[in-house]
Amino acid sequence: MKRAEKNNAAHRSVRPEKPLKTFIEILRFMKKYAWHIVFAILAGIVNVGSMLVGNMFLRESLSVIETFVGGGAGAEESMALLMQNTGIMLAVYFAGAAGGFVSMRLLLTVSTGTLYSVRTKMFEKMERLPISYFDKRTHGEIMSRYTTDTDALREMISNGIPNIVSSVLTIIGVFVLMMVYSPLLTVFVIVMLAVMIAAVAIIGGKGGKYFILQQAGIARANGYIEEYVEGQKVVQVFCHEEKTKAGFKTINDDLCRQETSAQTFAQILMPVMGNLSYINYVVTAIAGALLIASGHLEGGAPLLIAFLTLSRQFSMPLTQISQQFNGVMTALAGAERILKLMSEPEEEDGGYVTLVNATEDENGNICESKERTGKWAWKHYHRMTDTTTYAPWRGEVEFENVSFEYEPGKPVLRNVSFTARPGTKVALVGSTGAGKTTITNLLNRFYDITEGKIRYDGINIQKIKKDDLRRSMAMVLQDVHLFTGTVGDNIRYGREDLSEEETVAAARLANADSFIERLEHGYDTELTADGVNLSQGQRQLLSIARAAAADPPVLVLDEATSSVDTRTEALIEQGMDRLMKGRTVFIIAHRLSTVRNADCILVIEGGRIIERGSHDELIAMGGRYYKLYTGAFELD
Amino acid sequence: MRKRPAGNRSIDLGLLAKNVKGYVLPSLLAPVFVIIEVVMEVLIPREMGRLVDNGIAAGDMDAVWTHGGIMLAYAFLALVAGALSARFASVASMGFAKNLRSAMFDKIQSFSFANVDKFSTGSLVTRMTTDVTFIRNAYAMCIRVAFRAPIMFATSIAMTLSINAEIGMIFVIVAPVLAAAFVGVGAVAFPLFRKMFRLFDKMNSAVQENLIGIRVVKAFVKEDHETEKFRKTAENVRTAQVKAERLLVYGQPLMQFIMFACMVAVVYIGGSEIISATSPMTIGDLTSFISYVNQILMSLLMVAMIFVNLVISSASAARVSEVLKETPSINDSMAEKGLEVENGSVEFENVSFKYPSSSEETIKDLSLKIEAGSVVGVIGGTGSAKSTLVQLIPRLYDVNSGAVKVGGVNVMEYPVANLRASVAMVLQKNVLFSGSIRENLKWGDENATDEEIMSAARAADAEEFIDRFPEGLDTYLDQGGVNLSGGQKQRLCIARALLKKPKIMILDDSTSAVDTATDQRIRAALKERFAGMTVIIIAQRVSSVMDADEIIVMDDGAVVARGTHRELYYGSEIYREVCISQHKGADDETR
Repeated sequence: MKRAEKNNAAHRSVRPEKPLKTFIEILRFMKKYAWHIVFAILAGIVNVGSMLVGNMFLRESLSVIETFVGGGAGAEESMALLMQNTGIMLAVYFAGAAGGFVSMRLLLTVSTGTLYSVRTKMFEKMERLPISYFDKRTHGEIMSRYTTDTDALREMISNGIPNIVSSVLTIIGVFVLMMVYSPLLTVFVIVMLAVMIAAVAIIGGKGGKYFILQQAGIARANGYIEEYVEGQKVVQVFCHEEKTKAGFKTINDDLCRQETSAQTFAQILMPVMGNLSYINYVVTAIAGALLIASGHLEGGAPLLIAFLTLSRQFSMPLTQISQQFNGVMTALAGAERILKLMSEPEEEDGGYVTLVNATEDENGNICESKERTGKWAWKHYHRMTDTTTYAPWRGEVEFENVSFEYEPGKPVLRNVSFTARPGTKVALVGSTGAGKTTITNLLNRFYDITEGKIRYDGINIQKIKKDDLRRSMAMVLQDVHLFTGTVGDNIRYGREDLSEEETVAAARLANADSFIERLEHGYDTELTADGVNLSQGQRQLLSIARAAAADPPVLVLDEATSSVDTRTEALIEQGMDRLMKGRTVFIIAHRLSTVRNADCILVIEGGRIIERGSHDELIAMGGRYYKLYTGAFELD
Repeated sequence: MRKRPAGNRSIDLGLLAKNVKGYVLPSLLAPVFVIIEVVMEVLIPREMGRLVDNGIAAGDMDAVWTHGGIMLAYAFLALVAGALSARFASVASMGFAKNLRSAMFDKIQSFSFANVDKFSTGSLVTRMTTDVTFIRNAYAMCIRVAFRAPIMFATSIAMTLSINAEIGMIFVIVAPVLAAAFVGVGAVAFPLFRKMFRLFDKMNSAVQENLIGIRVVKAFVKEDHETEKFRKTAENVRTAQVKAERLLVYGQPLMQFIMFACMVAVVYIGGSEIISATSPMTIGDLTSFISYVNQILMSLLMVAMIFVNLVISSASAARVSEVLKETPSINDSMAEKGLEVENGSVEFENVSFKYPSSSEETIKDLSLKIEAGSVVGVIGGTGSAKSTLVQLIPRLYDVNSGAVKVGGVNVMEYPVANLRASVAMVLQKNVLFSGSIRENLKWGDENATDEEIMSAARAADAEEFIDRFPEGLDTYLDQGGVNLSGGQKQRLCIARALLKKPKIMILDDSTSAVDTATDQRIRAALKERFAGMTVIIIAQRVSSVMDADEIIVMDDGAVVARGTHRELYYGSEIYREVCISQHKGADDETR
């Protein structure tokens, strides 16, 4: 359990490391809303100010009544004054409400707009991160940047910060007005205020401590629930129900204790602050009465009543600030994680050689063409001489003493050298973990090699622009991934400008046409959630069609091991064969038939090529491949 | 207990209420104390009015002290009562949540596969986490705020009416108008918020899709295309959010204005009554009124919030009830106590089976006998019901008709625990749990020594890689065993099953991720060291089953052929087709 906790703590800290720095970073996302924010704050000041000004007119109104009661003014005159004062009050409060509306409306634009740019920037950045970033993390972890962390940020921007700002404004305003009313009475309030702040500090502080414990407890309990509910079938097969329940009981009891403590402090704040505010109200009332009696309070009862109404407005903002604190801290911790993602190093691309459509001019020289000609050329710009040369694309790939390690000290490939001649099929054969997939990962620069050189038509692939390098090869991976959209969209994934006929042609080549035609909406059938509505075999056929539509010069195929029924398998095999025709193909083979038809077979074991040659040559050699082929040893 | 139907789901309040057990006292004390708090809070403004009239206005200092003292006592009482009710509510609601989680977890442990399939594991996890949190919050609210708000509202109104019925009428008029406004805003806002959440989900699945398919995105150089797509989705979310939350932007300042307008009205009407002397209104009464304005409108706001919360949590309550109400479909009701499995023979007698979720029978009238101690291979295409068939043996599912017999006795007659103790099954989708390798393997046998564990590991061809880990058996596996390769996981799962020393061992496509050489070694070890154990191997590869005593070929829920590899190669067209596609000849078994 220990390790899991540590992991959780690392991913889901609820306290930021550098709150201020993070906050400033987040402000940078709001830069374009600077005016919105300025006006929102101004409108907020109007809102808070109206409350104070309203209070002054309340005092005036009460004063009018008192003067009348004390016999200082006539009824008619008093009525007129009362009407005037309450009228102004109403207008002031209306202005205040309007200020509140403007401020909130502006902030809504700010918060939704900020979140929009955080989300899109994050996504844009994510798309540019190297494959290694994704391989090292679980999907859940990256997802939580978009869900939990962004939600917390949203809460902070649209609720937490505005509340804290308006609370601070209120406290300052109330305090100033109190001083204006009666500095003497304010002294009493300050004493009570000190008590209240102390209460908030103690309760809030303890609450914060338990809040952190509670979050850890929740993470632990959720982890356990997830693990054992998902593994419940295994639990049953091993009759482990009782043990599992006992394990949960311990965690659940712990969580209950932590939650009770955290909740107690969170819930107790409101009644304590509310009632401390009443005590303050009473104490101030008594003090005020004493001052009036001794003639030290000039405004008399009206002033005292207005003052008391004001003093009730202290506790709410104080409580608010304390309540928002945990939320803001959690949000900043989340923001820190989001910012960390945004500062991850992007996939590097130092390439400058591009792949262009080529034609030949009248002299037989290769030149660039805007249209798709079916012929390709490498466009090579030489800075030294400021000239551009074109070299025809041939599709030759050469590995020269390539070594690679995912983690330092754990070599996966050692000194691999081979050449794939244009238009040939190279089959990679070997057991799991031998390094076959790694070779394809290096080929399109999902990972960069540690040592040696990979050349594509004689050009070091590091010099080729990554996008062009990847466009020149299509991958058909073992696990098929489809995207939301129609079947047609998915086929056109590699080439959006494909016409309908071309799309159908690609599907036909891949043998996918017949099943697509049988779908309810044919090529317009919407695929949901990674194409769950298709069978495994259909998904594979679609992925072949997608590669066929992209129509690249080089193909990387990772034959699927997962079994489909014999009929579909035959369709897939046939589709693959058609797709491979005329291209340079790297194929991670799982079927001997595929291997047999390859021009060159590389048997890879422990990161090295142990045998190479054609099928017949290798059989004649009588080595590992021979054993594989004769069944004494098998592919996986 | 009252039941409220909500479609085919309903909230079983009785079932939920059972989980208050152990927390009844705090659940009762929380409302008691909150009522005390409210009454005190409502009395304070009234007393304040008296202090102003009898004390300040009359210049009577004794009255100031008396009323001030009473108010202080009220305030202290309110503080203590409020704090206590908060504490009791926390204890009660968190305890309730704990019991709920426990009850659900225990219930899920008793679920059969059919029960779990009905809910799906993802949904069960949400029900135990998010839904319980909603219910817990609703419960805390019910025992505290749900008492506080209405009582505060009612008593404050009563107070104002008793002081001055005419002014009190302001609230009697404003309150229902406001309530209607709340309902109206809610009715408009609810669908807008639902739409917003739907778009949120859509956005999240877009991210998910990109995470899963990142290799495809990059291979086809579609990063910009995907970013553009995401930008549109995010834009939709933003628009929906602005639309939904705009309503609150209108609502909140309006509410604030109404509150202050009421106060102005109180001052104006009250003031004119004093000036025109049409009622015995005093300036002290006016003071009380100003306080009550606040209390009445705040409590009204709270009532509205309670309703929103109850609506949100009622869906959760229904979802949790559903789990708690579910009856485990496999139990010991027909079992003969203490009956143990004698031997590993398996017999299917006219078995038919249909998954609860499907309309067609997966297995139709199937009969088959497997002798104790034999090694049987099962082969067939996807959907031929191979896995379904073997899952009937340890009663992971129950047959719809016919009977499955183990050791000559109907499986229903064994206590489930005894039956499963003698049948080990390595599932197609197997799971290791976070903990050391030793802890995981000990699932098979708690009392296994390290020697026994390593011996099982050797048979499953796992010894070599375990030894390679610096920490050996103590190597910690993360959740789901993510730090192992697929083949390593499968081998550990086989070792775990072997430690059970079962009479029947079922391997459901459980060597798919290991290479064939390893697969072969494992099978050889099984045969040698576990003689007498019935072994059933489901496989995709012919090589995994070709040296079995007997191979069963399945197609579409029925046994279409059985025999040895040689017999089937010549006798069964389906089998021969599979062999040819995998390049296996009739005599390959003698290799």
